[in-house]
Amino acid sequence: MQSSTVEDPKLALNYHKELKNEGTHGEHPDHRMLGVIVFLVAESMIFLGLFGAFLIYRSMMPVWPPEGTPELELLIPGINSIILISSSFVMHKGQSAIQKNDVPGLQLWFAITAAMGAIFLLGQLYEYSHAEFGLTLNVFTSCFYVLTGFHGLHVTLGLLLILAVLWRSRQPEHYSENSHFGVEAAELYWHFVDVVWVILFVLVYLL
Amino acid sequence: MSTATETKENPVSQNGHGSSHKQRKWQDYFTFSTDHKVIGIQYLVTSFFFYFIGGFLAEIVRTELATPDPDLVQPEMYNQMFTMHGTIMLFLWIIPAGAAFANYLIPLMIGAEDMAFPRLNAVAFWMIPVGGVLLISSFFVGAPQAGWTSYPPLSLMSGKWGEEIWIMSLLILGTSSILGALNFGITILTMRIPEMDLNSMPLFCWSMLATSALVLIGTPVLAAALILLSFDLIAGTSFFNPVGGGDPIIYQHMFWFYSHPAVYIMVMPFFGVISEVIPVHARKPIFGYRAIAYSSLAIAFLGLIVWAHHMFTSGTPGWLRMFFMATTMLIAVPTGIKIFSWCATIWGGKIELNSAMLFGIGFISSFLIGGLSGVMVAAVPFDIHVHDTYFIVAHFHYVLFGGSVFALFAGLYHWFGKMTGRMLNETWGRIHFALTFIGFNMTFLPMHQLGLLGMNRRIALYDPQFQSLNQVCTIGSYILAVSTLPLVINVLWSLIKGKKAGRNPWRALTLEWQTTSPPAIENFESEPVLWAGPYEYGIDSENEDEEDVEDMLTEVSAQS
Ligand code: HEM
Ligand SMILES: [Cu+2]
Repeated sequence: MQSSTVEDPKLALNYHKELKNEGTHGEHPDHRMLGVIVFLVAESMIFLGLFGAFLIYRSMMPVWPPEGTPELELLIPGINSIILISSSFVMHKGQSAIQKNDVPGLQLWFAITAAMGAIFLLGQLYEYSHAEFGLTLNVFTSCFYVLTGFHGLHVTLGLLLILAVLWRSRQPEHYSENSHFGVEAAELYWHFVDVVWVILFVLVYLL
Repeated sequence: MSTATETKENPVSQNGHGSSHKQRKWQDYFTFSTDHKVIGIQYLVTSFFFYFIGGFLAEIVRTELATPDPDLVQPEMYNQMFTMHGTIMLFLWIIPAGAAFANYLIPLMIGAEDMAFPRLNAVAFWMIPVGGVLLISSFFVGAPQAGWTSYPPLSLMSGKWGEEIWIMSLLILGTSSILGALNFGITILTMRIPEMDLNSMPLFCWSMLATSALVLIGTPVLAAALILLSFDLIAGTSFFNPVGGGDPIIYQHMFWFYSHPAVYIMVMPFFGVISEVIPVHARKPIFGYRAIAYSSLAIAFLGLIVWAHHMFTSGTPGWLRMFFMATTMLIAVPTGIKIFSWCATIWGGKIELNSAMLFGIGFISSFLIGGLSGVMVAAVPFDIHVHDTYFIVAHFHYVLFGGSVFALFAGLYHWFGKMTGRMLNETWGRIHFALTFIGFNMTFLPMHQLGLLGMNRRIALYDPQFQSLNQVCTIGSYILAVSTLPLVINVLWSLIKGKKAGRNPWRALTLEWQTTSPPAIENFESEPVLWAGPYEYGIDSENEDEEDVEDMLTEVSAQS
């Protein structure tokens, strides 16, 4: 451990160079993506908690969903799932575009993704307004609304992220092939929301 | 807080580039500053502020309990008092105080200029006062009464808005701690100076790494539980309400899935503090560096699979109780390893019994008692008898106060010089220690017996046979209240008149001591040099090594 002083200037933090940057915080490797990933780990624990509770209710009740729960409509949520899942692929095309420095491509694909996300949310609103049961009917319906609602909140947030990327991309050079953290972060978030939806759909609608 | 302007004195800044550094202004401490050192101090001062509020509430609780009848406050008021006491002490004192040390020390210890995400860091801090003020505002609508655990159905029946405020406040504080943990973890993993590998970083960083993992995994589950509880409370669902087909036990599982790890979130940062303080003041290398480092990880892992030991009396089936009893007892192993390592570090050292070390030894002895009573309550047959009695109150105060708080004070005496540039006064420090140690044991030791005799916790009215012991506790708690005076006097006096700390008053080896006290705005005027492991204090070759330390230090500052 008696290692000597820093010999390789490239390895050392750039204490001196950084002073030129008006004394603001120096450059260090960009860890923002790692930050997003760790944040999503924490987020997934919330969903894990909610899903866990859901599964315990399910295993405890003699009949599930409890007697008197109207059948869940599958058509709209089914279409919705397809839309949301395919939107992940559409979005990825946006990222590929920016990797080729193609900002209009990014804008196009992200705009389509945003539209798909909006359709998903509208579909969910339609489903809520036509459901034959309320929030407080029984534990199942409460779970239904809380889980889908909490997920919907995440879709909304993801949508806002996409819109933010679109807004910023109007500025020339804001995103380029080697600097597009916002694009990647929004995309990762969107994939996350997507995966959660798949699990949710299986648990709540299919099982 | 007008102390942070001594950078001028240090020799290094004379070689030109130092002059371009900004100077710290006292106003910075009241703004959205992104400097980890400012944020660290903000955390520390804020948490002390809440400590005094929480302590004040504890004194009301104890005063009420001086007599068997509820005469000082009504029972409903008593419920509010201990609920707020517990909540404030945990979420606004111990957890933020741990974050205070983490914020201040991690970048310095690993030779970085700041945290990985300085702005996020500031956001995390400012959520604390918001959550804290919100929580305290619940007194205007009737504070929550369901204890810090907020078990339904009780929490659904005792004052809707107080409870809802409690939930909101905890969600805010929880988010803050998640954002903090994210920052600590990534900073430790990615921002070390290149020569420092994981196994040569200070043990405090190891303990914060483990703590951060627990926060990131546990706290979101609490959030999930609180969201559901909130729906029950406000929207009339019945997730946890047996009347509507729900199940309160599920809340307990979710709550403890977070809250057992939370006890490690509350104590592990301070394990780290102790691992730093003890070798310096015993002038010996830490005994079993890797054992301590990896036992933190073991504790973090085991801590995630023991939660139902809080639910032995909640109808948990027998086989499950066996499982949780076994895992819980298993945690005693890594914890014991740490205690042995600290003792072995002190053993045969050149001990300086200054305030930091006194609090450190106070920590080891009190935490040992808390740990032993912990193994006792891990045993199902024993726990069934003492569940919800004062034995439990005694146990967790030995862990939280005897453990976390003592270590926190040890850390304060140890790093105050680094943080402010001036040392705390030793005489006042020792008075502070003596009063705290006596008051603490007098308050909480008799509670073991009260619990074994069957006195329930969370009650304002008790059987007169318990009165004499309760009076001992109450007097002890007054001594504890008095014990804060020497601390406050010491801090205020030392800020103005204290001895100058210089770079390295303790001749310690970790990197934070290589810079000025208080450190310059971006921490190191020149690149910090890792010329020794964090704990390579010599004792064999007598003074020789000590001089080595001095030599090398001067060398380091001359070189740059
Ligand atoms: C200042 C000295 C302190 C005194 C005199 C004190 C006293 C008490 C007493 C008597 C109770 C039991 C109330 C009851 O069950 O009726 C209690 C509960 C509690 N205390 Fe303390 N305490 C002190 C410091 C602390 C500290 C430093 C912490 C944590 C860091 C803490 C955390 C708690 C918690 C979590 C509870 C449980 C509240 C509940 O039952 O919901 N206390 N305290
Ligand atoms: Cu526990």
